[in-house]
Amino acid sequence: MKQRNDTGGLSRRRFLAATAATSTALAAPAVLGQARPRVVVVGGGAGGATAARYIAKDSKGAVDVTLVDPSRAYYSCFFSNLYLGGFRDFASIGHTYGALAANHGINVVHDWAVAVDREKRTVGLAGGGSLGYDRLVLSPGIDFRPGSVPGWDLAQQNRMPHAYKAGSQTQLLKAQVAAMRQGGVYCMVAPPNPFRCPPGPYERISMVAHALKQSNPKAKILIVDPKAKFSKQGLFEDGWQRHYPGMVERVGPDFGGDKVEVRPASMEVVVDGEATKVDVCNVIPAQQAGRIAAIAGVTDKSGWAPVVPHTMQSRADANIHVLGDASLQGDMPKSGFSANSQAKVCAMAVRGALTGSKVFPARFSNTCWSLIGTDDGVKVGAAYKATDAKIAKTSGFISKTGEDAELRKATYKESIGWYAAISADMFG
Amino acid sequence: MFLLFRRHEKTRGWSAFADHDGLKKAVSTLLAAALLAFLPAAAWSADAGRGKALYGQCKRCHQVGGGAKHRIGPHLNDLFGRAAGSLADYRYSRAMKGAGSGGLVWTEATLDAFIAAPRAVVARSRMSFAGLEKAEERAELLAWLRGFSGARSDVPAAEPTVTPEEYGLDPKLLAIEGDPEYGAYLAGECTTCHKPGGGEEGIPSITGWPPEEFVIALHAYKRGKRVHPAMQLVAGRLSDEEIAALAAHFHRAEDGP
Repeated sequence: MKQRNDTGGLSRRRFLAATAATSTALAAPAVLGQARPRVVVVGGGAGGATAARYIAKDSKGAVDVTLVDPSRAYYSCFFSNLYLGGFRDFASIGHTYGALAANHGINVVHDWAVAVDREKRTVGLAGGGSLGYDRLVLSPGIDFRPGSVPGWDLAQQNRMPHAYKAGSQTQLLKAQVAAMRQGGVYCMVAPPNPFRCPPGPYERISMVAHALKQSNPKAKILIVDPKAKFSKQGLFEDGWQRHYPGMVERVGPDFGGDKVEVRPASMEVVVDGEATKVDVCNVIPAQQAGRIAAIAGVTDKSGWAPVVPHTMQSRADANIHVLGDASLQGDMPKSGFSANSQAKVCAMAVRGALTGSKVFPARFSNTCWSLIGTDDGVKVGAAYKATDAKIAKTSGFISKTGEDAELRKATYKESIGWYAAISADMFG
Repeated sequence: MFLLFRRHEKTRGWSAFADHDGLKKAVSTLLAAALLAFLPAAAWSADAGRGKALYGQCKRCHQVGGGAKHRIGPHLNDLFGRAAGSLADYRYSRAMKGAGSGGLVWTEATLDAFIAAPRAVVARSRMSFAGLEKAEERAELLAWLRGFSGARSDVPAAEPTVTPEEYGLDPKLLAIEGDPEYGAYLAGECTTCHKPGGGEEGIPSITGWPPEEFVIALHAYKRGKRVHPAMQLVAGRLSDEEIAALAAHFHRAEDGP
């Protein structure tokens, strides 16, 4: 469905092209659709892109939707580990926003949102523009908590990559793994709870092990982990034994995994006072909501943004919804699937508030697939309901150790089908 | 044969395929098609043998025989010689229609290639079938199916694809009128994994299903009579009305992006 704006005579597609040419050309909302209720969505990932698409698609043009994301190409964190393992190429995890603009009439603005004026209901952009909104959807993902790993800060991310926001960081980490000396050590400093994609670090270990097994079979993998246990632990540890025996060692908090610092200059990892020289060091720091959520004043002392489960509205401001990793909602894991699920509840609530469309009870679900080795996929999933206090888990399932190879292969194939589906669900 | 597939490249459906999967795959499909053209005709003259038994893999979606109707897939009567995607009263995927208007006609050779690897022939077909690997099995299945093409007076009656009784379901569940607006909202939970229009192996398409098939499948999951943890989880918390609403929605749903 192609939308034309009803006041300016400037087509959405052309608006996109114009903003692509000059990202500061943002007097636009004054020209566009003042008569229609305006929604600004900040962050074009699984939460934001889905919310923008569903609001625009289901309101059939009745709501003016602007999506703000600094990147022209989005690289998904989900499946980025499969790229590290050599199961996907980099292009296959990249997506653009063209179809959201062309098919759903969404104004796509490539800029940083740097300010939110909750009184005037405007979002300020780094390029100098300002966007007015009736509802604001914040889906900024994560930022790293400064100082959580002594010795590491963003200035060290090229020496010790996090690769926990996908894109050039992921490419860098893959290149470092490929360039490791024979028999070298890959170290991961794993994050404390809560963090994006609970099985993500351990799927990454599996994929790095898979790559090293072929190119560098004597290499070792060291996980320094502040957590006593982790997602799908039994499944991963069983898989590492079967596929990569003797390669992976994990130091948990009982052996000082929670007392870690890094020395990027000398490529050392210091665990409980003892320094080890490593060849690749993948530091995944502690996390908090993406910065714009704090700027908007919707985060609490936890660093995340508390929301009303029924609508994903901020508990601090009913005109703002917070989705995905940045939200503090209860039992759902911080995953792309969760963000996509929350976005649909949010989209329905936003349309209901702005256009009077029917509002149905919120429902949420999540499934996380992980790949351990070739054709060896596992999954964990759950259903959730909105209560006044939190999004509460109602039931769930998880793969079991000892499943036959056919089922594991089918689970992996399922994940490929899911990736194609959620990509289409987000980007149209 | 080679020309026939080249022509597709210019159609909407085929170019969508080329965009989607890249030129490399298109070229390998062309080569496969060209090779097929040189196979001796004798390779196809198998007898029906285990054809009927092999058809068991198809019958969840397709009917064939006297009174056969479209179900999840189109009926397969008079399949041989039919242009792909050409029955007016069945809602094909865009890809299948495109292949047909580009000149794909179902013959023994094209059906053999399609059944071997459906998405190597029509990349974004909604048909969720991984393919029948063994050439002799394909030949026997096609020989059996061929009996339902052309004039015949003794065609056996079509068997139903699925019935509520199979799962011990109350047939009244099929009579519930679903609210498509509610279904459209609920469908958001499905489309995270089920891509509208299909085109992926791992998770089947559910676009355009007859409501009865949809209702029976979800109730079968809900009652644990079809096994899949995610589907049992999703179906387990859907009410009878919600299942009917989803069935109404997906029956009308369009192929997606």
